Amino acid sequence: MSKAVKLRKGLDIKLLGEADKVKSDLEQPSIVALKPADFHGLVPKVVIKPGDKVKRGEVVFYDKYNKDVKWVSPVSGTMEELVRGAKRKILEVRIKTDGSDDVVQVNPVDPASASREDVKKMMLDNGLWPFIKQRPIDVVADPSVTPKAIFISAFDSAPLAPDMDFVLHGQDQDFQHGLNALAKLTDGKVYLTLNGKVPADKAFQNAKNVELNKISGKHPAGNVGTQIHHINPIDKGEYVFTVGPQDVVTIGKFFAEGKFDPVRIVALTGSEAKNRKYFRTILGAQVAPMLKNNLVTDNVRVVSGNALTGDKIDKDGFVGFYDSQVTILPEGDEYKFFLTKGWLGPGLDKYSSHRLFPTWLLNKKKYRLDTNMNGEERGFVVTGEMEKVLPFDILPMQLIKAIMTNDIDAMEALGIYEIAPEDFALCEYVCTSKIAIQEKVREGLDTIQEECM
Amino acid sequence: MKALKKVIHNLDPKFEKGGKWEKMYPLYETLSTFLFTPKDVTKKGAHIRDGVDLKRTMFMVVLALIPCLLFGIYNTGHWHYELQSYVNPDQYAGYENYLTGFWDKVVYGLIQVLPIVIVSYAAGLATEFIFGFMKGHGLHEGFLVSGMLIPLTMPADVPLWMVAVATIFAVVIGKEVFGGTGMNILNVALTARAFLYFAYPTSMSGDKVWKSGTSELAEANGGALPDGASGATALGDLASFVGDAPTVSGQAMSANATSGEMLSKFEGAYDPVHAFIGMIPGSIGETSTVAALLGGAILLFTGVASWRIILSFFAGGFVFGLLMNAFGANAYMEMDAYYHLIIGGFAFGAVFMATDPVTASQTQYGKFWYGFLGGGLTILIRVLNPAYAEGIMLAILFMNVMAPLIDHYVVQANISRRKKRFKTA
Repeated sequence: MSKAVKLRKGLDIKLLGEADKVKSDLEQPSIVALKPADFHGLVPKVVIKPGDKVKRGEVVFYDKYNKDVKWVSPVSGTMEELVRGAKRKILEVRIKTDGSDDVVQVNPVDPASASREDVKKMMLDNGLWPFIKQRPIDVVADPSVTPKAIFISAFDSAPLAPDMDFVLHGQDQDFQHGLNALAKLTDGKVYLTLNGKVPADKAFQNAKNVELNKISGKHPAGNVGTQIHHINPIDKGEYVFTVGPQDVVTIGKFFAEGKFDPVRIVALTGSEAKNRKYFRTILGAQVAPMLKNNLVTDNVRVVSGNALTGDKIDKDGFVGFYDSQVTILPEGDEYKFFLTKGWLGPGLDKYSSHRLFPTWLLNKKKYRLDTNMNGEERGFVVTGEMEKVLPFDILPMQLIKAIMTNDIDAMEALGIYEIAPEDFALCEYVCTSKIAIQEKVREGLDTIQEECM
Repeated sequence: MKALKKVIHNLDPKFEKGGKWEKMYPLYETLSTFLFTPKDVTKKGAHIRDGVDLKRTMFMVVLALIPCLLFGIYNTGHWHYELQSYVNPDQYAGYENYLTGFWDKVVYGLIQVLPIVIVSYAAGLATEFIFGFMKGHGLHEGFLVSGMLIPLTMPADVPLWMVAVATIFAVVIGKEVFGGTGMNILNVALTARAFLYFAYPTSMSGDKVWKSGTSELAEANGGALPDGASGATALGDLASFVGDAPTVSGQAMSANATSGEMLSKFEGAYDPVHAFIGMIPGSIGETSTVAALLGGAILLFTGVASWRIILSFFAGGFVFGLLMNAFGANAYMEMDAYYHLIIGGFAFGAVFMATDPVTASQTQYGKFWYGFLGGGLTILIRVLNPAYAEGIMLAILFMNVMAPLIDHYVVQANISRRKKRFKTA
């Protein structure tokens, strides 16, 4: 019973700087890092000390409040340092690679013939569980719940997003293996959602043991939240697990070979990167080698992830746990005279969802957008703008206001269980009043988690 | 520009917290952010942001009001000299020559209208700044539009002190007590107008205020206007049709006149083309449907105003006009429905007042209901309650209050639709 969903709402931000379809091997990074901040709400208990040797696949830290969920080292080497931030919060666990290939080896298991408990235990013990996120709340999945469905999006529609068909090409077997393992975790189905606009790679098209659906439209069509909403929406008390396609491959590889082998293909994108392509590297790799002699200007923002939802990292920072993309944007930290580049300027360099800029008449052009706020924060004034970019049967402004006023009943009724901050990223982009919508959504989800879960 | 940028931003530290002129920060912020979009960059969430901001949005509305303002200036002059043309030439020598002089009218209009605009902005901005200083933030852009709307809803002869009082009242009671731009319940400009309308009715209604210079002329002429001259508006005349003493343009009709006679006389005085262009007496900016539609076109083209509200507002007015026709109990009710849309401030209100996003319905479906009912209510007030000749101000204010109720039902519908989805799934 396959569906073809067509979305009318959404917005494709035409950014300059797509990655060329070339895969290039990046040499083994000398340092990798696991960043607890990639997992919202996680309080890590680090089990190794600086100077300790770790094998690839050996546990580095676990969740203080859910000891079963463990994170393992993506490389073999020695722990270099624990980077702490304000209030001694752990920001990074850095591991220096030693070039050897000491790996924790377990017996491969065919997930098809294993029990749910075995599959789950294997994933928990070997650091595969954090790849699974759950809705509601959009955090690492709670292993004690059984989800009603598992969703995997076979494409990414975010600005400059990597082409997942290209990334997954040739990894059919591992991907299928991963799907088989995930299928064990749910009583319902595993849903794999393809882009309705272009034919998908064989790895996706020939996937078995899943329900294939198609969705077409502008961003956020590729967001797993959009797909869940239109295919099998979440009600209060229900859980859905979501996994990224590259993470499914890592899970599949583990079940096939018994080794944690988190190869990642990461697209370097954005107008400020010179040589933009896909790099084959490893989970948590340092971005410095990709950026070396590769930046157009110096005053740039390095984003792990896409321009709408990614995290700002340093030039020698690390790719985030769930990210397959690094975006380099020009910083916009300069004053703009109101008649030339500022608020009353002709605006030929600005891409807007509003028709207040002439650029909506020019269809093809791509834009080099910087990180300037383009205005100051105000109270909500303009209505109807968010509704145009949110392809959900959810009233965005009313929901955000419910969050702002901490009205839990209204949040529940208006659909907070279905959403994640990333689903509202476009709402934040278009907001005339420059309100931090994603942050508000996260606050709302935190409240719900505290009060209702 | 670079030099200016340097000069201004070298001052930054003096206005920051702990700086020498810290207290003047709101004023400095307003001026410096007007000249230069700040260098603030995104911190959390989306790293890139849409180019639009509230300044640009509001500026577009002010721009869209310019046709109404320009026409209002001309129209003010026009009716002033029209009135003078009835005067005995010995008394007001030379005045009749002015009736055809375009520039004479414009100059007179400017003299009358510009002070009102200046007073409205000065009083409003001063009030806004006082609140800005209290709260420590610069000017929020909402008043840029209100400051232009207020003069356009006033009769040209309104005393300037009244404009100032009304503006201050509207900004304080209508907006700032609720928390400022984006938080108000009632349209700020209409609050100002309603305040004057009820506090000083003799300056805001009747048949002595719509043509500039009416009361002076009446005084000079011994208390009454010269023969043939009239200070009434189309809506005032129409309201008189409901009572015992129907008049058209100051000329009384017999109480026994049939509806047909009244209406044909009315059409003679305010023919549809003139009314559409706006060559009828009324508040400064409200008379011209053409100018309002021109502004509306700008707002719709740029997407600032909601087409849902504008379209449904006109539809509501027309449908209720037809409904009145169906009853047909008096001459006013029998008037062609389209007439309602081109006289008084209907178009102006529909385009500029009803579409204020803060006070209108905020849901997409709600906007249809809000507009339709607003348009309909305008006609109901006009026709059924002749004490209030112009219904649009009260209709929009009433709908402002009702908008949250409309939204409530739209939201409830969304909630129950989403609940149902789970039951059937």
